[in-house]
Amino acid sequence: MTQFLQQMINGLSIGSVYALMAVGYSLVYSIMNFSNFAHGGVIMLGAYFGFYFLAVFKWPFVFAFFGAALGSTVLAVLLERVAYKPLRMRNAPFLYFIISAMGASILIENFVIATIGPTFKTYPQVLSREPFQIGALFVGRLDTMIFVTSAVCLALLVYFIDFTKVGKAIRATAFNARVSALMGINTDMIIILVFAVGGFLAGVAGVLFGMKYTVYPQIGAVTIKSFIAAVFGGLGSLPGAVIGSVILGLLETLISGYFSSQFRDLISFSLLIIILVFRPIGLMGKPSEEKA
Amino acid sequence: MDWFYAKGILILSGINLMAVLGLSLLTGFTGLFSFGHAGFMAIGAYAAAFIGVNLGLPLIVSLLAGGLVAGIVSLFIGRFTLKLKGDYFCIATLGFGEAIRLVLDNVQVFGGARGWPGIPIRIDLWNVVLINLAGIVFMISLVNSRHGRNMIAIREEELAAKTIGIDTFRYKMISLFTSAVYAGIAGGLVGYYTGFLQPKMFGMTKSTELTIIVIFGGIGSVSGSVLGALLLTALPELLRAFALWRLVAYGVAVIFIMISRPEGLMGGKEITFRGILRAVGFGHKHSKAREV
Repeated sequence: MTQFLQQMINGLSIGSVYALMAVGYSLVYSIMNFSNFAHGGVIMLGAYFGFYFLAVFKWPFVFAFFGAALGSTVLAVLLERVAYKPLRMRNAPFLYFIISAMGASILIENFVIATIGPTFKTYPQVLSREPFQIGALFVGRLDTMIFVTSAVCLALLVYFIDFTKVGKAIRATAFNARVSALMGINTDMIIILVFAVGGFLAGVAGVLFGMKYTVYPQIGAVTIKSFIAAVFGGLGSLPGAVIGSVILGLLETLISGYFSSQFRDLISFSLLIIILVFRPIGLMGKPSEEKA
Repeated sequence: MDWFYAKGILILSGINLMAVLGLSLLTGFTGLFSFGHAGFMAIGAYAAAFIGVNLGLPLIVSLLAGGLVAGIVSLFIGRFTLKLKGDYFCIATLGFGEAIRLVLDNVQVFGGARGWPGIPIRIDLWNVVLINLAGIVFMISLVNSRHGRNMIAIREEELAAKTIGIDTFRYKMISLFTSAVYAGIAGGLVGYYTGFLQPKMFGMTKSTELTIIVIFGGIGSVSGSVLGALLLTALPELLRAFALWRLVAYGVAVIFIMISRPEGLMGGKEITFRGILRAVGFGHKHSKAREV
């Protein structure tokens, strides 16, 4: 039982990072209806920003943290302007967006390899490694911080989307972009905003991920897990993305804890296929209007 | 540059071309996007190598058998996923491709993640060229047949295609099956050329590369795919000197093509014998009407 609870704590910690990444995928999908595969690159650069601010420029942690998040925000908006906006102006089919995203992700990953190098970087130790002890359970300080930070970010996001005027505009655009534009919503601004929010969360996720593991140019490949979580929860649905991520995080730690870490990724990808076959809209996705 | 090196590049281009031809039918002519074709290549590669090594069958038989195994697997995949909307199909193939790789990582009979060395090398330039010629001739006659036109109709407007009585599901299945057979044969070529197979060779990067070649060559053009495969396989090799920066340039090029020339090199046009004659000043001007 103790071991099970211990695994659950680890699972919640990694699941909450997945959630931060997954809402970025889902937000963009809800507005633009394509899977932004370059999101992994933004997360990776967020992790590098955090590393450089902390380890090289020796900034205090809070500054480094927000610096990395802002860096990712700028990058995500830039990405939208350069790689997606020209396509949007043309009403290009979704596949061109995906190819463009793939190109951007190749570009970002190899740019980092060419300039910084392919080696692993380790974050300097910010928090003490001494864990909290609750009964027989050990809760790492880092895991606690990751969970709390993610929860706060997600709560702020929910407030922003559900209770502010701009959030309402985002929801309206997700529901029907054309009608929203007719009602006077500047959908171009909404798209910039969505990329900015997704980028900010990606930066936070990148720093947290880098602190828990290490930083290397292929982090983007890990973020495909959060994409699975977004599909699992229902692409385009924010609560779905969060729930899907937490379930995936728990599932992964339980499988590697009790079974074998070799099968962890296999099970994640099998889950993706099973979901798509039996319930393609995911746990909480909107049923899509099928044309034929 | 000596002949041996050039020959190696040509053989690699030929192998890529085989897979690209198949993907061209699926993506370029039927309008379905796949990010899992490396998975079909992997199945074909391992099946062809297994059949050739253990049953001692001749090269062409084991290659065809490898292609057939990949094709049969694709029927299962297609049965479940081809009913999904376009982008969900694309995500499902992504999951499938990764799942295949991860399964092969754990199959110890084939050496698991360490790889499978000692496959007899039976590929030379002449048989790659012959196999590719056969592949090109078959593909051209397929896309110009009634079946090919039905697939193009699905790409252009699925609902309309259904309305005029095309069994869209069946034609999507045929398209997926054919493209998986091509990918399987390409995989078999990989094994018999390098003499070594490793699941890592068939990751998402490979699938993305194939899709990018199809787009680069031009949607709906067989000769575009041929040109794309030759150019995009040879270029990175020729740019070896700029080792680190060539993939950055590659990413930039992909985005640039998407936003400036999305129809690719050939975009729906073909290089025909008559067209070449006309370009060099022979042939009749009025033959143009018949070609269109």
